[in-house]
Amino acid sequence: MSRLRTVSRRTFLVGSAAIAGGVAFGTYVARKPISNPLLDGLSDGEAAITPYVKIDATGITLITPRADMGQGSYSMQAHLIAEELDIDPGTATITPGMPGPAYFNGTVLQEAVPFPAYDESAIAEAMRDFMAVPAKVFEIQLTGGSSTVPDSFVNLRMAGAVARETLKEAAAQRHGIGRNELTTEDGYVILPDGTRIAYNALAADAAAIVPVQDITLRPSSAWKRLGRPTRRTDMVAKCTGTEVYGIDFAIEGMVFAAVRANPAIGGDVVSFDAAPAAGIAGVEKVLPVSHGLAVVANNTWTAFKAANAINIVWGPATYPETSAAIFDTLEAAVDNPDAFDHRKRNDGNVDASLTKGDVIEAAYRIPYLAHAPMEPMNAIVRVSDEVCEIWTGTQIPLFIRNKAAAMTGLDRSNVHVHVLPMGGSFGHRLEMRHVEQAVEIAIALKGVPVKLTWSREEDMTHDYVRPAAVARGRGRVVDGKVETFDLSVGQSAMSPEWFGRLTGLSIPGPDATITTGSWDQPFAIPNYRVTGYRAPAMVPVSSWRSVGASGNGFLHDSFLDELIHAAGADPLAERIRLCQHETSRMVLEAVGEMSGWDGPSMGKNRGRGVGFCMSFGVPVAQVIEITNTDRGIKIDKVYVAVDIGEVLDPVNLEAQVTGGVIFGLGHAMNCEMTYDNHAAQQTNYHAYEGMRLYQTPQIEVKALTNGSRIRGIGEPGVPPAAPALANAIFAATGQRIRELPLHKHIDFV
Amino acid sequence: MQTSFTVNGTARTVDVPDDMPLLWILRDEIGLTGTKYGCGIAQCGACTVHLDGLAVRACQVEARELSGVEVTTIEGLGTPAVPHPVQAAWIETQVAQCGYCQSGQIMQAASLLAGNPDPTDADIDAAMSGNLCRCGTYPRIRAAVRLAIQKQGS
Repeated sequence: MSRLRTVSRRTFLVGSAAIAGGVAFGTYVARKPISNPLLDGLSDGEAAITPYVKIDATGITLITPRADMGQGSYSMQAHLIAEELDIDPGTATITPGMPGPAYFNGTVLQEAVPFPAYDESAIAEAMRDFMAVPAKVFEIQLTGGSSTVPDSFVNLRMAGAVARETLKEAAAQRHGIGRNELTTEDGYVILPDGTRIAYNALAADAAAIVPVQDITLRPSSAWKRLGRPTRRTDMVAKCTGTEVYGIDFAIEGMVFAAVRANPAIGGDVVSFDAAPAAGIAGVEKVLPVSHGLAVVANNTWTAFKAANAINIVWGPATYPETSAAIFDTLEAAVDNPDAFDHRKRNDGNVDASLTKGDVIEAAYRIPYLAHAPMEPMNAIVRVSDEVCEIWTGTQIPLFIRNKAAAMTGLDRSNVHVHVLPMGGSFGHRLEMRHVEQAVEIAIALKGVPVKLTWSREEDMTHDYVRPAAVARGRGRVVDGKVETFDLSVGQSAMSPEWFGRLTGLSIPGPDATITTGSWDQPFAIPNYRVTGYRAPAMVPVSSWRSVGASGNGFLHDSFLDELIHAAGADPLAERIRLCQHETSRMVLEAVGEMSGWDGPSMGKNRGRGVGFCMSFGVPVAQVIEITNTDRGIKIDKVYVAVDIGEVLDPVNLEAQVTGGVIFGLGHAMNCEMTYDNHAAQQTNYHAYEGMRLYQTPQIEVKALTNGSRIRGIGEPGVPPAAPALANAIFAATGQRIRELPLHKHIDFV
Repeated sequence: MQTSFTVNGTARTVDVPDDMPLLWILRDEIGLTGTKYGCGIAQCGACTVHLDGLAVRACQVEARELSGVEVTTIEGLGTPAVPHPVQAAWIETQVAQCGYCQSGQIMQAASLLAGNPDPTDADIDAAMSGNLCRCGTYPRIRAAVRLAIQKQGS
């Protein structure tokens, strides 16, 4: 049974108002009414009942402001509204709408509080509620951090319920009967005599009355749509080639652009000869953009070809020339007091324990990783003297709006960002370099819509990658138990770099993402310490699916596994013994049951490993079974147990978890971004394969609902996959691999 | 060069450079955007179409090879109202996440089943492993191919 914390509307309202006394950002700004983009441009007869529902003569529109990169968020947001509104979401128009500050994400910054997710003390919860204030003040309409469902779970159902009750009130007033005598079903208000009135016939009346606010959300036991297998609203379009992604969008009169920016990211153009490009039929223009050159042509292919034909002499980047030098820099940071960034976990007395001898030591490395979504970055931009219009798939529409306003000199209200469906992201679309380039070109071609598409090579070589990191573990085991765990992680600081790129502002203080996924794990080890060391900024880095936990999941759980093996304990039983968080412990127990766990060894050439990581508040445990064949390692089966508090759609949950496991495994096995002469050496999928179908194991997923909050599941499936596989390889072969990708050390079938 | 061929049953004539890939002729000249650009070097399969009934990577077929051929794209395989059995299986299995690779996956699977109505698991793995999916929908792709086999058999 679900044991979700009851969230009343009162707490929701109080959460966004009573916390306005926050000292950090000031009450005035936090109390400032948030402009509602839906109140602009409504025609007569349209009733904007809440910022998430629009009803007019043409039908019902549900506004789903969190972006959909493939994780099913549009469909899920629509189902949340529809559950209370009593409509079939398949009959509604679903649109992200125009971005607006009213759609700030009140949840995404909760990860930044200095408490682990399993800490539900009053102060930790208060801090999480408080994080909605900076989200509102900085107008963070952002999709990420597996925050869509947690952020929308109450708000969107409330929007649907307010709309429903207000429509009923309109019908009640029209017919002189009480609202409580009416019911609703499939887009109709039903009168006691059975007469059905379509919602859109009540829209004008509903617009004229004060929205009904005394709402009680339906309990999960009364849900008709949520909690059951649903059909994604975008599925038919995506299976028939009719979904229009950003790269497919077209504007009358548009021209096609490509860019070649310095592969030494941030370096200048020293000199160039555009003649070979200009001579290609169909090329209209070659022009400079920041750190590179753009070609405008009559189709995308010609633009790509011409961009490649330009002879360019590049200047250097400011970061080290080679991966070897980059890792030297990381090695120099870890355990270096001058590079100390933060220590958010420091239980017991690690130093005293380690002086007692028998110290187990290990050193780890994880590589830079590109996002490489299937759809390369693209944007259409048209700039006039009055307005800048942008069509693109993005997780950060308001940051784009603000940047384009600054670049064009237009008021922010005259920059319109139309968010389009996305062919994947994995965090890539938390960046906007391609949009800035398109704005630069569009400024030069004022009035002409410019469609910029990155070639795959441009996309890979200008990916702001998942940070590379090095780690050192030191620990001790006593009497068959893990006694001391000390992990130091050294990497560049991702958060301030990213936020600075988007806003021009600098965030002071430590960067928790260096150790997120390590410091916040729900284990009680007598001497337990995790320290983050900040290496200088090198190759530009950004968020990559599961963010800090993507690397720390491997670092933390690999070293824990080493200590457990050194103690002679069972990998699963010892994790369960050490676990201090009931929900996490039950996840570990569940994966043990699913897999029939009876120890890591499974007979000759076979073995299993367990991996655990809690990220975004979701504990995930995986058991991976492998066979060491004469052609290499074959992954036979993966068992996954998760706990997200409440399952809104079991079909999509399974899709997200299996996808996360495959994403985690594919990169752990096969992928790294390396640099030579400052430039990425992996320029296309031939050198960056991820997982393909033939390598894909069977994956069995179980979702528990013991957690006290509802959580998102787009990311948490990723982090435990890499350590579970490495731990399984150790179990089957005795080889402990401490560096990713694993294929540098062992072959896979 | 000017060249004439058939796309989804409709005769088309385009005037393009002779080395322009079919992928870009479909997308930028004809305006059929269901066929996707992913890599341009035949590594991802997102641009898979049928050329005279066989699955090919449209990024590797040049204009000079198109004269008189019959091209089928995802838009010509089936429609939202009347999906091809493979598309129906994909929808029923809820395969797509971001969906960007699925046009190519479906065209590849339809070609496999047209030539081999009862493939083994190994046949399916071999035929489908050239199509990359970064979301990791592979388990459901396997299940949907199996379902499509059932649908076609019945």
